[in-house]
Amino acid sequence: MFAVENGLKGDPRLEAISRAIRVVPHFPKPGIMFQDITTLLLDHMAFKDTVDIFVDRYRDMGISVVAGVEARGFVFGPSIALAIGAKFVPLRKPRKLPGEVISEEYELEYGVDCLQMHVGAVHPGERAIVIDDLVATGGTLSAAIKLLEHAGAEVVECGCVIGLPEAKGQRRLNGKPLYILVGPRDVDDCY
Amino acid sequence: MSACKDEDPRINRIKTSIRVVPNFPKPGIMFQDITTLLLDPQTFKDTVDLFVERYKGKNISVVAGIEARGFIFGPPIALAIGAKFVPLRKPKKLPGEVISEDYTLEYGRDCLQMHVGAVETGERALVVDDLVATGGTLCAAINLLKRAGAHVVECACVIELPDLKGRERLKGKPLYVLVESH
Repeated sequence: MFAVENGLKGDPRLEAISRAIRVVPHFPKPGIMFQDITTLLLDHMAFKDTVDIFVDRYRDMGISVVAGVEARGFVFGPSIALAIGAKFVPLRKPRKLPGEVISEEYELEYGVDCLQMHVGAVHPGERAIVIDDLVATGGTLSAAIKLLEHAGAEVVECGCVIGLPEAKGQRRLNGKPLYILVGPRDVDDCY
Repeated sequence: MSACKDEDPRINRIKTSIRVVPNFPKPGIMFQDITTLLLDPQTFKDTVDLFVERYKGKNISVVAGIEARGFIFGPPIALAIGAKFVPLRKPKKLPGEVISEDYTLEYGRDCLQMHVGAVETGERALVVDDLVATGGTLCAAINLLKRAGAHVVECACVIELPDLKGRERLKGKPLYVLVESH
């Protein structure tokens, strides 16, 4: 599940990526230690390395679809898609995509949310990956996998920069492999 | 200015790959849907390449992208030209300390935010979005970057709706687009 167990043990790029992530305590609410990737995006080399690690993994896997979850999945997904010659498919909150969509609801801690994909974006038999910045419970990624499967695609893997403890031990999500670059930072690591 | 349509064969393919969805999000609006452009890997690559060719080697250290479709085009450009990527977001999305810029919509107001410290004084910046209409959002973006001390070199969009005259509302900043839609 973690890149370090998957052939990248000792890779110095992973440590630089981890160090570039900022922890913001109590956002969006008390008790949550928010893993902020915007500081990673300010570090050109670390951002490039992040994309390169995913590209190296996926380039020879016959992937024709990179699906990215709004909005931080949009920051990583397209660059991966471009480098491996795949299409990029945005998965969005309701009422953002203008054309005909398919929808998948998923549970939040309190309440329900919904992810949508354009009809016709993906064809049966296409091999797809799902990209997001972070995986926690896996609810959003689960919904993403279902959308792609409803359209007949085969989800090969989900790739995330950060994996929280809730995702740990879950090597798979809906039976799909999960590939994660780094774990969460503690606020004490940052200063 | 627009990329020269007569000379570059990539431009026509980009234009025809954009899907127009009538009456979205409301009656009378012909929505320019770039998701179909993203489904064609070569056309998406050409789109990014056209911007990279223009901005590489111009000492630009910041590419600011407007949520959310600016997040699709901005980062590949930033990576290719060696710049940082700075997301400009709707309120309450960015977790750290932010600066905010209000702007007017057709009905009502909205707000764009940027993290404090993302940009340093004197940095040369681009603003990237998928489309420019009235220019209100781009103007807010320019203001945020200026307030942080950056020099906005240009705004870059895939599509311009020239009839809405957004080009005139960019505080004197140049606008570069690939296609126009009337």
